[in-house]
Amino acid sequence: MKIRIFYFLIVIFFIFVFVIFYKGLNNSNLYTPNTSIKSIPEFTSDTLIKKKSLNSKDIFIKNNFYLLNIWASWCVPCRDEHPLLMNLTKNQKIEVIGLNYKDNMSNAEKFINELGNPYSTIFLDKDGTKSIEWGAFGVPETFLIYENKIIKRYIGPLNSKLISEIKSYIK
Amino acid sequence: MKCLNFFLAILLIFSFNLLKADEIKLQNKITKNLRCLICQGQSVYDSDSEFAISLKVVIKNKIEEGFTEDQIYKYLTNKYGDWILYDPEFNKNTYFLWFTPLLIFLIGGAIISKKLINIKK
Repeated sequence: MKIRIFYFLIVIFFIFVFVIFYKGLNNSNLYTPNTSIKSIPEFTSDTLIKKKSLNSKDIFIKNNFYLLNIWASWCVPCRDEHPLLMNLTKNQKIEVIGLNYKDNMSNAEKFINELGNPYSTIFLDKDGTKSIEWGAFGVPETFLIYENKIIKRYIGPLNSKLISEIKSYIK
Repeated sequence: MKCLNFFLAILLIFSFNLLKADEIKLQNKITKNLRCLICQGQSVYDSDSEFAISLKVVIKNKIEEGFTEDQIYKYLTNKYGDWILYDPEFNKNTYFLWFTPLLIFLIGGAIISKKLINIKK
């Protein structure tokens, strides 16, 4: 009797482990941090096209929706999501702000001239430290901001599904 | 007098070097305890990814600003969660993590001692 209970417990244990691992297979392997950044970090930085130093406080002012997009000309997925951002600028309710990550200035300008400029301002992050302030991993990464708070973050390139999600937020 | 000035200058340079060496030591200690979040099983210290390079710059700046080791960990866990630390702090989210091995060890010990007592009998 004792042995039967023992085998039964082993089988239950293996089923339990199997279910846990099987569920784990469906989880995304992309780690999204539990950040406690609620309000957006303040920073001062040079800008790409306006060519002057600006404070983030002067940009994120209105009760408008903002989309901060971290990009670089050397980043291939950024090239893919760029037309989607261009399309999003047609929406008056949202303003797209760029944060150019560790890029060469002339390459970044070439990228914008070639594919169009969806950004109302492009901040420069030459050493990547400003992105760390935002709790970002790298490029591309996008933050949806409302009333100086991050309401949603997207790690990796945007796609049409995510764009429609953003549009549903700003309705 | 000239000789004294020269000696003082040398001493000053040497003390700066020592100060810098301490900062580098602390920076290395911190970066070794940080997980490079976009790499596979590497610390920030070991990694040469863009993320790790930026993080090293941030840590260097923070040390120069006078942040302590704990303050830097707190600053980073605020942004990236406890996962960034190889040696996570003891808090309500990590009780399970810290106590499970101890619990398993105790249970194992109890089973073994019980068996030994049974054998002796």
